[in-house]
Amino acid sequence: MSESLLNALVQGVLLGGYYAIVAAGLSLMFGVVRFINLAHGDLLVLGAMLALIAVEALGWPVWLAVATVIPLMAALGWALQRLMFERALAAGPLLPILVTLGLGATLQNGMFGLFGSNTRSLGAHIGDLSWSGWSLPGGLRVGTLPVLTFTLAIAVLGLMHLMLRRTPLGRAIRATAQDPGAAELSGVDARRVHRAAAAIAFALAALGGVLLAMRAQVTPFAGPPQLIFAFEAVVIGGIGSLWGTLIGGIVLGLAQTLGGTISAQVSLLAGHLVLLAVLGWRVLRDEAAARGGWIALMRVKGPSHD
Amino acid sequence: MTEPHLLPMPKGDRRLILSAGALLILLALLPLVAPAQAIDKLTQLGIYVLLAVMWNLLAGYAGLVSVGQQAFVGLGGYAMVRLVEAGLGPFPALVLAPFLVALVAWPLAWFVLRLRLGEFAIAMWVIAEVFRGLVMFDPLVQGETGTSVLALNAIDADTRRLAIYLLSLVAASAALAGSFVLLRGRLGAEAQAIRDDEEAAASVGVSTFRVKRLIFVAAAAGCALAGTLWLASAITFQPRTGFGIQWTVFMLFMVLTGGLGTFLGPVVGAVLLMGLQEAFGDFGAWYLFGVGALSVAFALALPGGLVGLWSARRGREPLSMRRRLSAGEG
Amino acid sequence: MTLLSVETLTARHGLLTALRDVSLSVEAGEVLCLIGANGAGKSTLLRCIAGAHHAATGTVRLHGRDMTALSAFARVRTGIALAPEGRRLFPDMTLRENLMLAAENGRRGDWTLTRVLDAFDALKPLLDQPAGGFSGGQRQAAAIGRALMANPDLLLLDEVSLGLSPAAVEGVYASLAQVRGGGKMGMIVVEQDLTRALSFADRVICLSEGEAVLEGRPADLTRAAITRAYFGLSQGEVTHV
Repeated sequence: MSESLLNALVQGVLLGGYYAIVAAGLSLMFGVVRFINLAHGDLLVLGAMLALIAVEALGWPVWLAVATVIPLMAALGWALQRLMFERALAAGPLLPILVTLGLGATLQNGMFGLFGSNTRSLGAHIGDLSWSGWSLPGGLRVGTLPVLTFTLAIAVLGLMHLMLRRTPLGRAIRATAQDPGAAELSGVDARRVHRAAAAIAFALAALGGVLLAMRAQVTPFAGPPQLIFAFEAVVIGGIGSLWGTLIGGIVLGLAQTLGGTISAQVSLLAGHLVLLAVLGWRVLRDEAAARGGWIALMRVKGPSHD
Repeated sequence: MTEPHLLPMPKGDRRLILSAGALLILLALLPLVAPAQAIDKLTQLGIYVLLAVMWNLLAGYAGLVSVGQQAFVGLGGYAMVRLVEAGLGPFPALVLAPFLVALVAWPLAWFVLRLRLGEFAIAMWVIAEVFRGLVMFDPLVQGETGTSVLALNAIDADTRRLAIYLLSLVAASAALAGSFVLLRGRLGAEAQAIRDDEEAAASVGVSTFRVKRLIFVAAAAGCALAGTLWLASAITFQPRTGFGIQWTVFMLFMVLTGGLGTFLGPVVGAVLLMGLQEAFGDFGAWYLFGVGALSVAFALALPGGLVGLWSARRGREPLSMRRRLSAGEG
Repeated sequence: MTLLSVETLTARHGLLTALRDVSLSVEAGEVLCLIGANGAGKSTLLRCIAGAHHAATGTVRLHGRDMTALSAFARVRTGIALAPEGRRLFPDMTLRENLMLAAENGRRGDWTLTRVLDAFDALKPLLDQPAGGFSGGQRQAAAIGRALMANPDLLLLDEVSLGLSPAAVEGVYASLAQVRGGGKMGMIVVEQDLTRALSFADRVICLSEGEAVLEGRPADLTRAAITRAYFGLSQGEVTHV
């Protein structure tokens, strides 16, 4: 009993690394370009599918496929930002949501039309990585791939941290996120910054897709849940915080693996409920602050309406 | 200086309403002559119109883009399943279920309407997933398997078809007429003020929350009604289809191609979707690919949709909900 | 050649006309002070010149080159820098990062981190602190420093002394005196404090309700004329003295 609980805890933390990678891209777009890309999950699946084609149809080694797909997806991010999202953003805050929702549906069905509904996985192509692991005392078992994923997540977030702190592009990204108008007045071309952010976000989505394909089966319709998980990690960890996505990812991973000890159904539900609890808490807190504290909130029922 | 007052309804609009009334009577009499298959298609069109009008109310008039309206479509179907199980007749259950869903949407509004734009969109999606997850725990639904409203099979097939058709006709026209009255009244003016400038509207005493909640709850009930109508014609309730994201993708398509925030846009979009479905529906995924791609193309190139295009040509939007004052500069 | 020439500039905020047919020019090395009551259009004029606000009609030329179609960041790269109203520092970034950002995205030139810190002594100890915690005077100095880091030919300073303690105003103007000592950079300064404006400027323009109503060298202007213009009493023609 306690053994499986301990295992679930460890798996949950490691799973959080994967979520952090996916969430970091979503968070970057949200923080810098100021919209939630509803196709983020579908782009992740696109990255996975491209890598799968390279490996299965073209016979490339996995490392080469990954090394090609990630920059390719970054280029796609740059291009889509320039050709599609910029236009949508210029037409108001509603349009990017509508456009990316449509894009997501297009990607899902396009991939389904091209590749069919067969589930695919890179698991068979990465040798013993997919099943090897370490048995630790206390009946604990840790897989090599989850540990590798988690390490990669730390490395990716660390690199992003350094990029944002130490490079001219990073400073321009942060400045644009904080005050786009003032950044322009300092000579920053916000549109280029947005394109760069989109390129990074798409690259991270592709990396997430490859990692997903290594540990699980991928179908053309696997994207939406990934978007939801990424969004949950971003909100739980605090919007706009890089390391927050890791914390959010770990909390989400823990909720899912702990829920998973009951059933697969409870696993998903647990993650969703944690998100709704965090959002609910935030709404209540803001509401309380706006009305002069918690005690005032208790007294007044509902918002002010006549 | 004369008191500014609202301009009377333009002649073209009156003619449009009169012909819509005539069309309604024709549609009601249609089952006397039309084949069963055509009636089924028109039932589906009615459901599409209902859905599109609801989503347009949300996104076009209240500025609320929800990616989770399937929450209410599915919940409506589930409520009907439960009501029938409790011994209610299928048709009373079909009508009652949306009211139950509205009772769920009312408290939910307090929470979700306080979220920011993009957060609201995805939070609604997550809520739809939560509803789906919860419904699947119901032993009656048996997880993914779903359940059938067998009581419907007890009714003679032709009678059932006719009843569902007339109900969907009533539902679609009631949604149109209801939103017409709603938007022409005080609520429409308030919604317009909020859409133009939310802070300014709030500063002159428009309760943005009250307006948005009314629209949110109405749209939830409307989507639930679409869900029960759908269930009545499909008989089988499955969580995966009932709570599927495809409902929202269709609503998005209809509203974007027809014209976001135009009164007639959803009708035009629904007819377009129905036409595409008839012509290309057999292509399966590629048809849905086209639906998604067309939504994106319209959003980027023609954000006013077909009605917007028509209005730009004619210089006036048919049945516009925008108020115009006769005095003062525009 | 004239450094900056603005011709018949008109700008609106929605239906409100904020600037009406304003024309002016600035020579290299010249300091122009804009004075006028609140809402006279001073900040809008600076924002139009910097490209942060879109003018409805009229042209802005720098070194004779038409800037009207360029966006704000492109104007920075051709030599216009604005220290905006409200300072608009990046609060989560350190002072060093605020300054480096402008240097990396602006033009190369004499203004380096060392030189800015020499001109604004008070900034030296703050270099690695986040700008969010600065006092009013520090924020103003940092904003001016940031604009200088872009090495502009034309420096635009909005509301220099607004909200600052008298001591901070003194400090900022002492630094500005050093900055203008450089010679070929032109400056347009919006200053509420009339005495300060008249002592610092080579030339003064008074705006009233979006129009330039008075222009001249401080020595040639009488207090009475300025007061009349300031409160919009002499409407209509621009008074050249």
